Amino acid sequence: MTPGTYLQVTGPNGSGKTSLLRILCRLLPQEEGRVEWQGAEIHSLGEDFFADVTYLGHRHGVKDELTAEENLQVTAGVNGIKFDKDAIRSALVKVGLSGRESLATRILSEGQRRRVSLARLILSNTKLWLLDEILTSLDASSVLLVRSLIEEHIAGGGMAIVATHQELTLNAGQSDRLELKT
Amino acid sequence: MLRWIIWRDLMLSWRRRADVLSTLFFFVIVASLFPLGIGPETELLRSIAPGVVWVAALLASMLSLGRVFANDFQDGTLEQLLLTPQPLFLVVAGKVFAQWLTSEVPLVLIAPLLGLQLGLSKQTLVVLVISLLLGTPVLSLIGSIGAALTLGLRSSSVLIAILVLPLYIPVLIFGAGAVQASVLGFDPQPHLYLLGAVLVLSLIFSPWATAAALKISVE
Amino acid sequence: MNLYKYSSPVNFYPLAGRLIPWFAIPAALLFAAGIFVGFFVAPADYQQGEAYRIIFIHVPAAWLGMFLYVLMAVYAGIGWAFNARLSSMMASSISVTGAMFTFLSLVTGAFWGKPTWGTWWVWDARMTSTLILMFLYIGFISLQSSIEDPRRADRAGAVLAIVGVINIPIIYFSVQWWNTLHQGATIRLLQKPTIHGSMLYALLIMLAACWLYSVAVVLIRVRCIILEREQNAARFAEATI
Repeated sequence: MTPGTYLQVTGPNGSGKTSLLRILCRLLPQEEGRVEWQGAEIHSLGEDFFADVTYLGHRHGVKDELTAEENLQVTAGVNGIKFDKDAIRSALVKVGLSGRESLATRILSEGQRRRVSLARLILSNTKLWLLDEILTSLDASSVLLVRSLIEEHIAGGGMAIVATHQELTLNAGQSDRLELKT
Repeated sequence: MLRWIIWRDLMLSWRRRADVLSTLFFFVIVASLFPLGIGPETELLRSIAPGVVWVAALLASMLSLGRVFANDFQDGTLEQLLLTPQPLFLVVAGKVFAQWLTSEVPLVLIAPLLGLQLGLSKQTLVVLVISLLLGTPVLSLIGSIGAALTLGLRSSSVLIAILVLPLYIPVLIFGAGAVQASVLGFDPQPHLYLLGAVLVLSLIFSPWATAAALKISVE
Repeated sequence: MNLYKYSSPVNFYPLAGRLIPWFAIPAALLFAAGIFVGFFVAPADYQQGEAYRIIFIHVPAAWLGMFLYVLMAVYAGIGWAFNARLSSMMASSISVTGAMFTFLSLVTGAFWGKPTWGTWWVWDARMTSTLILMFLYIGFISLQSSIEDPRRADRAGAVLAIVGVINIPIIYFSVQWWNTLHQGATIRLLQKPTIHGSMLYALLIMLAACWLYSVAVVLIRVRCIILEREQNAARFAEATI
């Protein structure tokens, strides 16, 4: 993949979409083959590799006991991203959670929690996004939001690999499709 | 980055302080059962006190261990922590430190009270606290290996106990031994030095083992 | 002959089958010889009478219990580090035999303790260490059996076994230390008695027999494990085609 490309991975349930994404971010060791990032095998890259990659999985990766704001602070903090209160506020406004920043995410709805994890994408400064079934439990406006986020990311020279069985077509960048079969 | 992990875990325990308190009550209740089971003779209680307090501490820390990674595993935040650009053993060290602060330090603080109940002298209480301060980090460190290995398994809490309690034995022997020595009027220092040595060893080795175990369990 | 070829479970399976008799039959013969020497040639001990003869099984069992744990950790570690499935299977196979020997040494120790010390159990340093070793085996086996994915079970077992091996010297030392501090409660074990020649022979023969037996049983068990796992793999491969 080259900067500015978007790859949609499709396929029926159990075809290995999730496994593929997890292999790409080293959560799962591959049985065979090589995965390279900037010309080097990903397992040889150490922790620096993770400075280039953001993965959003099935599970939101959002702490129920923390507020949306705290969740983002922690994510940015542990990833070594410089941030200030305003950046976090504006990310939350962008995903449509203004006014709910300081509620414990426990009382938010499923879709709203997903939006908190989307806000993470806004804050991130990584090159490669790996998004797994990101459209699940999102309403129409959020789907548009996801689309514009990815479009923006790709226009800025980023890459995104999205596993989904819903169609997600972009207006910008170079798109590809990878269809997995069982 | 490390401080964010610690901050996060401290914050989470604060929001769930009932969990911390219940561990503490468990510790107190277990230690209070012994006089009821054995009888109130002061001499007898004093001689078993070191073992009772230490065994109760081992059991109480088993309770909190299950939570170190399991909650994060369920909501997907553990994956996110594995994907941060820093060595995994540091993430582990941060989490274990937070666990020690929130779950083990309260035990150390309340232990003198239990010691008093069991008739320990002031001098011995000091030794008890020192031994617990040296020993409880080892419990957290070794315990985190067990917690990481059993992540996501059925009946994981029982399994943690089976894996980890045998590995706790040196800590129990040296920790309770120090207090026992003090009760009998001997010098507790050799025990404490050994306990310190065990602490150093587990500080060096266990974060790596836990990190390796986490990677295996998250796959 | 290409030895590397046999690191694949499928190729190792028939080889193990051919090797088993070479260990099993000598084991049986040596057991018979060891029992003969132990019961009929070796004289009765002047202190312990006939009861001491149980050491001919007790001592080899205790030794093997210990050795096999280390061996198991080595196999598990190799299997983990080099992603060698067969090595991990060997580790799982050894764990059961090791646990069996450790258990046997505890039971025979108790049987020996009754006539010799007048009690079934003494918190003696060696007995206690053996008991803890038994716990470590139980931990390994129960961890492996509660993980469904065999590859994860292998790796998780490897971490546990290695942690256990690093801990064993510390545990043994601490138990020794604990024991010397509570001298009053213990009875000294065997104060270096002069072993009669035939006693030593019987002991060595039994030790060899136990080793051979372990190899044979481990190979039999590893064949079962291969059959179980590789069959699944084969079926899975078929299903995905």
